[in-house]
Amino acid sequence: MSMTLEDHSEKETTRRNWLLSAPALVILIIAAAGPLLIMLVYSFLSPGDYGNVIWKFSTKGWVQILVERDIFDDTLSFADAHLSIFWRSIKLSIITTILTFAVGFPTAWFIATRDAKSRAIWLFLITIPFWTNLLIRTFAINQVIRNEGLLNTMLLNLGLISAPLQITYTDTAVLIGMVYVYLPLMVLPLYGALDRFDMRLLEAAYDLYASRWTTLRRVIMPIVKPGIVAGSILVFIPCLGAYVTPRILGGGKLMMIGNFIELQFGQGRNWPLGAALSIALLVIVTVALVFYVRAVNGEKTHG
Amino acid sequence: MSDIAVEARKACKQFGQGDAAVHALNDVSVQIRKGEFFTLLGPSGCGKTTLLRMIAGFETPTSGAIFLDGQDITNLPPNKRLVNTVFQSYALFPHLTVAQNIGFGLEMQGKPKAEVAATTDRMLALVRLEAMAGRKTSQLSGGQQQRVALARALAPKPKVLLLDEPLSALDLKLRKEMQIELKRLQTETGITFIFVTHDQEEALTMSDRIAVMSAGKINQIGGPRDIYTRPANRFVASFIGETNFLSATAAGGKVTLSAGGTIDAAGADGRNGAVTVAIRPEQLRMVAPQDDGALAATIRNLVYFGTDTHYYLALADGSEVVVRLQSQTADVPGLEPGAKVGLRFVPGAAQILGD
Repeated sequence: MSMTLEDHSEKETTRRNWLLSAPALVILIIAAAGPLLIMLVYSFLSPGDYGNVIWKFSTKGWVQILVERDIFDDTLSFADAHLSIFWRSIKLSIITTILTFAVGFPTAWFIATRDAKSRAIWLFLITIPFWTNLLIRTFAINQVIRNEGLLNTMLLNLGLISAPLQITYTDTAVLIGMVYVYLPLMVLPLYGALDRFDMRLLEAAYDLYASRWTTLRRVIMPIVKPGIVAGSILVFIPCLGAYVTPRILGGGKLMMIGNFIELQFGQGRNWPLGAALSIALLVIVTVALVFYVRAVNGEKTHG
Repeated sequence: MSDIAVEARKACKQFGQGDAAVHALNDVSVQIRKGEFFTLLGPSGCGKTTLLRMIAGFETPTSGAIFLDGQDITNLPPNKRLVNTVFQSYALFPHLTVAQNIGFGLEMQGKPKAEVAATTDRMLALVRLEAMAGRKTSQLSGGQQQRVALARALAPKPKVLLLDEPLSALDLKLRKEMQIELKRLQTETGITFIFVTHDQEEALTMSDRIAVMSAGKINQIGGPRDIYTRPANRFVASFIGETNFLSATAAGGKVTLSAGGTIDAAGADGRNGAVTVAIRPEQLRMVAPQDDGALAATIRNLVYFGTDTHYYLALADGSEVVVRLQSQTADVPGLEPGAKVGLRFVPGAAQILGD
């Protein structure tokens, strides 16, 4: 008999919990699910002549991701240009994530090992770039790396190079820009994890015959893994959808998915394709994340 | 020479420079024998932990040298020394299981897998944690974590095991159990233990020898009984157990107390002038006030401690002494506050101290 009573009160609690989270759910549906749904619907409609969509069902948007129709003879061909844009985006995002980790980990370690007072100052310095508009920061990077820019002038004057290095409008430029912009997003979660890391474990590891490198690999890394995962996700995802950086530093020719999507909604006047690309990007990110988190958690320490 | 496990030779450690310099260790020399349970005892800031960390390799002496088995290891990093530490905070690896924690040191030494597994099993049995092998360390109680820390440090079979106040985080009952456990582990493994503590009782009950430290120096090294019955100076006498200090004047081998009366005291020979006499509370006897040669005293207060009762007495010159008597089933008549009593010293128990 008591079971039913307990069941009843449990149901009551569940109902109350749902009710309490209702406002959050409503906001989530309107702000997150709503726009996504609109994109999903648009991706199955036909493009209008001057942008917008015509309410007629069509899978063209999706087909066009992979297949291109020649505008002169109507022949279909494989849209390798689209795929290479996807591939470049993924490649640049992965490299950016690795580079931000390579730079961000020592940085976070440095900050986490300072005393409490200087830590606050260092963290403050890390977040300062956020105070300036992304566009302005990207133009500033451009000023540094362009042919007549700071870097080339310096190298020329030092006699290290005889002609300016062509950095702008290359993948290198996009990489430099993205690493610069997304570095704080890697440093902050890493710092959070390292700040909680018990430094006394280092002494324990040294005491038990571990070298510095082994200590890093076998003790520090596994313990701060949540920070590494969070930092990687925070950098990888916005990189994949980056728009401003490749636009300015890549010169609009070296497109990433973000620029390509923008093109469909702007000059391309092909909203369904743009919507389909957006959804495809979302799916890719989700799949990549699932695999990443699985892989990281799956490599349990063997002994 | 060969029976010395660890030796510190004129070890100094200075933190900071110039006026702000702190001398954590001041010219400390000590030899610790193989297979002994050696305790560094002293109040916080006395340098005992610094000396331990120096032996472990976490601190390098500003001057002086550390020897392990006759070899100079002063500049050897911790991971190259056959010395392991049980840390005060245990410092267990939270991402590893109990067994993985214990096997960590062996694995780092590059021992084959089978040997690591076999030794780990042996260590688990030694600390009676076989059932916990697969658990994460966060799932263990304080006492169990302590035992994992011990097993982890013992597994690589170090020449010396260093223990940095390992029992301080445990409650009283568990601490008593672990004291016995530690002593058992030391006897069973035959490894030299160097134990750091500020708890004099812990030091007295477990150690073969104790070094009492204060202000970066070793005051006295000796067995528990030596240290207790023949403290080298006032600091040792007051830090270990309770002691009454009485001012007195020495002349020609005889000691005259300021409170009146002449007593025999060890160390009186060759001393002249003002001295301090130390006597333990259990080495004083209360007798009838008119007893011959007894000091006149008045009972101020008494405190019942269960097994014994402490009587606080005022002497003729106003100084106060404590007398400890085994408790009786009822209050002893004539030993209540305000009563006048005579005070006698147990022969040979009083001692004159240097400062």
